[in-house]
Amino acid sequence: MSGIGTGYDLSATTYSPDGKIFQTEYAQKAVDNSSTVIGLRCKDGVVLACEKLVLSKLLVEGSNRRIHNVDRHVGVAVAGLAPDGRMVANRAWDEASSYKRVYGEPIPGHVLCERVGSYVHMFNLYWSLRPYGATLLLATYDKNGPALYAVDPSGSSLRYFGTAVGKGRQAAKNEIEKLKLAEMSCREAVVEAVKILHKVHDEDGKKFELEVSWICDESNKQHQRVPAELLADAERQAKAALEDSDMDD
Amino acid sequence: MLPRPTSHSKALGPGVAGPELAVATSAVLDRPPQPGAHLPLSGAAPCAVDPAALGDPRQHTKYPYVTGTSVLAIKYKDGVLVGCDTLGAYGSTKRYKNTQRIVRVNSKCVVAAGGEISDFQYISNLLDELTTDDYRTDDGIELTPAEVYAYLCRVMYNRRNKFDPLWNSLVVAGVGPGSNGEGGSAFVGMVGMIGTHYTDSHVTTGFANQLARPLFRERQRDDMSEEEALQLMYDALKVCYYRDKCSINKFQIAKVTGEGGVSISEPFALDMRWDYKMFAQPTKWAVGAW
Repeated sequence: MSGIGTGYDLSATTYSPDGKIFQTEYAQKAVDNSSTVIGLRCKDGVVLACEKLVLSKLLVEGSNRRIHNVDRHVGVAVAGLAPDGRMVANRAWDEASSYKRVYGEPIPGHVLCERVGSYVHMFNLYWSLRPYGATLLLATYDKNGPALYAVDPSGSSLRYFGTAVGKGRQAAKNEIEKLKLAEMSCREAVVEAVKILHKVHDEDGKKFELEVSWICDESNKQHQRVPAELLADAERQAKAALEDSDMDD
Repeated sequence: MLPRPTSHSKALGPGVAGPELAVATSAVLDRPPQPGAHLPLSGAAPCAVDPAALGDPRQHTKYPYVTGTSVLAIKYKDGVLVGCDTLGAYGSTKRYKNTQRIVRVNSKCVVAAGGEISDFQYISNLLDELTTDDYRTDDGIELTPAEVYAYLCRVMYNRRNKFDPLWNSLVVAGVGPGSNGEGGSAFVGMVGMIGTHYTDSHVTTGFANQLARPLFRERQRDDMSEEEALQLMYDALKVCYYRDKCSINKFQIAKVTGEGGVSISEPFALDMRWDYKMFAQPTKWAVGAW
């Protein structure tokens, strides 16, 4: 890998001869090496699910939060460098609260997504700053309905029905494509998301935790972590499904 | 490191080049304005006054325009009750008959106000920002009524010191942390427009100070049952409606309990009688009457 960008990869303000900005690509690699995060937009809301590798037995369960509340109607899941993602989520919070103060209503999803995208993009323009090594999946539910956006380190932001980022994104995206999200409720999508995360998890015996959140009619259009019983039930179903498929193999 | 003049191009980024680097500066003193970085977003702003107006020796809030009248609050066995009518009066005119003067702050606390309705709307916005800050940190911790009360005390007092008071008498009521519904951690407090504040088992503002407080002193106990407390509240609201010119027969009662959280009732009316003989000739037996 060391020879690829030699000479053209030292700053975000240098193009390579084939038109790439290597710093941005390296930031993208930081995201691609992190644990998997998926987002699913269903007919009544959005579900975000993170696979968190337990780095040490000494960590309190539930620490190292990867999903943040940005406003009541917006939630953000972070893939990549966690502190970078936290900075961008804080910026999203600033944007949301200043919009509310000026216009009196909660920030619409597409406006917030564009503001976060512009902010992240700014860090690709200057020599003195490095791009953020984090992709944010934004789950919003405003008067236009539920929406899922992904903002990546280059600053581009796209709206998705379902997407995955991180190590297991290829396998996860294949699984997501099989789902009929437009007819699914968030309750069902939580189960599906947990199943997918269990399936694409690298089987190297490392323990992992799940952090799953939703924003849907059932949660009163507020972004929050899914109720504990639903999560436990989904994990049970996921483990059962894995065993079934193991037995089939 | 102090910035030194460089020959970099400005296109490289902010703070990298330019004439501002030629001056020896102190990075400590010449920071970009940080609006109270240690304060929540809604920290200093509510206590600040438009600086352009400070040069003017006139007061700003001289009179309230659209006002709410009394608010009553009592503790009882399971928690607290707050009652008030739904009138926004424009002087003597009973103009807005549908104002909700009780606002839910979080699942443990309500705030109700008499006085200028627009100032109360501003205060509700501040409380909403505080609560959304709590929601964002997402650690399961909410502001307790005592904390909301302390915050509002500071806001009211600081505004008063700048001669621009928020023209309200606020009542803060709720259940404190660790409460399982017993009256011991119920909280009821009042904050006035000049920053005067107190907490007690029962609290009233406006006309209710004269009309309802005697009833509360006689009948309120911290271990009242809910029926007794509701009956006391109805009687007090009735007295306030009978004797306060600027009130209407349309009330709301908010109940905050440890298990049930906050519930603000739909507006309701109470039975009133206007055929009391004493109402017909109220001064018949008064000294000096004929």
